[in-house]
Amino acid sequence: MRANLITGVMATLTALPFAVKAEVMADHAMHDVDGFGPVYHMIRLEADTGAGPHGAVSSWDLDGWIGGDTHKLWLKSEGTQGKSKLEDAEAWMMYSRNVATFWDAQVGLRHDEPDSATYAVLGVNGLAPYYFETEAHLFVSDKGKVSARLREENDLLLTQKLILKPYAELNVQAQPDRARHTGAGLTDGKVGLQTRYEFTRAFAPYVDIHYGRKFGETSSMAQSQGDDVTETIGTVGLRLMF
Amino acid sequence: MKSLATLTALTALAVCAPVWAATVTYDLTIARQPVTITGKPLSKVTVNGTLPAPVLRFKQGDDAIIHVTNAMDEDTSVHWHGLLVPGLMDGAPGHNGFAGIKPAASFTYRFPLRQTGTYWYHSHSLGQEQEGLYGALIVDPAGKDPIRSDRDYVVLLSDFSEETSPEIMANLKKDSDYYATARRTVGDFIHDVREMGWSKAWKNAQDWGHMRMAQTDLADVTGYTFLVNGKSPTQNWTGLFKPGEKVRLRFINASAMSFFDVRIPGLKMRVVQADGQNVEPVAVDEFRFAPAETYDVIVEPTGERAYTIAAEPIDRTGFALATLAPKEGMRGEIPAQRPRALLKMGDMGMSDMGDMVMTPEDMKSGWAKAGTPEGAKALSYADLRYAGIQPDTRQPDRTIDVTLGGNMERYIWTLNGKSMAEAEPIRLKYGERVRLTFTNDTMMAHPMHLHGMFVELENGQPMEKLPNKHTVIIQPGKTYSVLLTANEPGEWSFHCHLLYHMMSGMMTKVVVAKLDAADAPVDAHGSPQPASNGGHAHAR
Repeated sequence: MRANLITGVMATLTALPFAVKAEVMADHAMHDVDGFGPVYHMIRLEADTGAGPHGAVSSWDLDGWIGGDTHKLWLKSEGTQGKSKLEDAEAWMMYSRNVATFWDAQVGLRHDEPDSATYAVLGVNGLAPYYFETEAHLFVSDKGKVSARLREENDLLLTQKLILKPYAELNVQAQPDRARHTGAGLTDGKVGLQTRYEFTRAFAPYVDIHYGRKFGETSSMAQSQGDDVTETIGTVGLRLMF
Repeated sequence: MKSLATLTALTALAVCAPVWAATVTYDLTIARQPVTITGKPLSKVTVNGTLPAPVLRFKQGDDAIIHVTNAMDEDTSVHWHGLLVPGLMDGAPGHNGFAGIKPAASFTYRFPLRQTGTYWYHSHSLGQEQEGLYGALIVDPAGKDPIRSDRDYVVLLSDFSEETSPEIMANLKKDSDYYATARRTVGDFIHDVREMGWSKAWKNAQDWGHMRMAQTDLADVTGYTFLVNGKSPTQNWTGLFKPGEKVRLRFINASAMSFFDVRIPGLKMRVVQADGQNVEPVAVDEFRFAPAETYDVIVEPTGERAYTIAAEPIDRTGFALATLAPKEGMRGEIPAQRPRALLKMGDMGMSDMGDMVMTPEDMKSGWAKAGTPEGAKALSYADLRYAGIQPDTRQPDRTIDVTLGGNMERYIWTLNGKSMAEAEPIRLKYGERVRLTFTNDTMMAHPMHLHGMFVELENGQPMEKLPNKHTVIIQPGKTYSVLLTANEPGEWSFHCHLLYHMMSGMMTKVVVAKLDAADAPVDAHGSPQPASNGGHAHAR
């Protein structure tokens, strides 16, 4: 049931840009949309499977956009499927606007399962000095809870094709959220290293290992419930670009 | 296939009596069809069934009538690169009321040939120029050619991709590094540390990292097979000579994105023409030229041996190769690929550098490093002297600044901070003399092309000797200026001739307004001829 849902969401998100583009193209015989410029798209999908503390896990990460140089529809989806249950899944849809050479400002919605929580999203996405791919987003849930997430990643080329990608993520929350078992303050974080081999820019198998842990109040809540405070997950996967 | 062109009437008469204009007619049919160059058939754009398009040849004073039929299911156009023609005949859609040539439609170009030299023609629609719509166009002098030669060959270079141009454009928009094959690696950094010590290597990496720019960014697109007259290096186009003959080679860079360093090991090249305009001969061992530039050279091979024409792109990803030989089937030695240059801080626009501390070594251009051997002479713009006396030697009335900019991360390219869609045209008064000062704020060189008029390089030569150019390389991080006499009324496209830079916005319009006779300049300085003829031209 869950698996079907995930497949459905992912297929929709992947196909959506093409559908929108086809619609745009049909409306305008020319490549150029009046007053907008040509329409392009980029979809990057990473899908992997591996092992965590409780057995097999699979995860996916989709990041992409459709649009012009200035205005884009930005889509994201990511999640983890445990052995028998969907651990977490997010689907995002944002309007993204180029506001500086290396930066886009973004506003939109994020929906999470299995929590069935919806958030308003406000943030930036871009390239910081020293080539740090940066995402910083602020969320306001449908219950009025405020949280934020910062993500950094960087490519280190061992060769033109063999590439190390260290990455890190931090989540913070303004108020405790009982439903999500999270406390106020720093809730959790993750550091990882992905090693990919780019047969082409659009086709790259990878191995990934990451370590995640919960912090502060969230950590105590996990402990009292007998949940893990830390986890280490190793996976193998495939990175595709459309 | 040999009867590509129909020469109608009077050519014999034109030879005897050059004052009599002949009418020269060509029929060109543009189609998409499978072309096999790299081993697999690919749908490319052909003209009369060939890629590249056939060589069109005229005499100065001829009237050209060129019927172009579009057999594709997309719009097309043909632009006569470097020719002085009436605006409507220039072939740039969106200019002078020209709307392109619709599928199944045709258009008749009519214009008088007012000049001589080596030019070329190509599509000005979408990415068709990358996909095959390019060919040589030669205008011989009506009388004796001051450039004497026993043989005369077109050497047209191009970059052939197995991908389509929309695919290439889409890939660059997905990731501007999509085609980068020589990005800096951890190993390069370790090498730098060994070479220059930890602190310098670290500072270098820091500076580039701070700017978020790539030191290896010489070419945006790779994966090309480089062609000479449509032939791959293995197909080896060959030009024949008898030892002792003077051979004229008309080099045309018809590639979409590739700058070439050209040499013929064992032969000095005497450069006699630049962008179709005669220059005082200058002997060189090699020259670098950008997409859309042309150079005519004279070589005098003496041996009973084969010579290799070797043109390597500046990112050193292969060669365009051809042969000059006393007989077919011979092949000369193929030179080794030269090392690829690395960009330096000196290739960065001044505005980018902020408070960085520069040493004189840092300030040198990495881009210009062609690997020319000690003692060999590479052509420089400063060497070019117009082979005549320029008719207009007035000082410019004003200076127009043109800043070349871009956002490499998003693959957006701009002129004065604006892309084509947002830009206001540059407006000139008819007869006005202006200076265009280019400032390149990007880390790539841009060949800037103005339609409809030649500009004169301010290359340090005396005013009456400044060379005419239709395409001018503006090096990374540098400022360069040219003079222009606005003596051709019309709307002229003005753009970077790197195809995907143009398609990404590096383009604007120069409008030369001819209001009435009172606005025309007083002809006290021998001011150039106005473009009055050709006004009768019209589309079919």
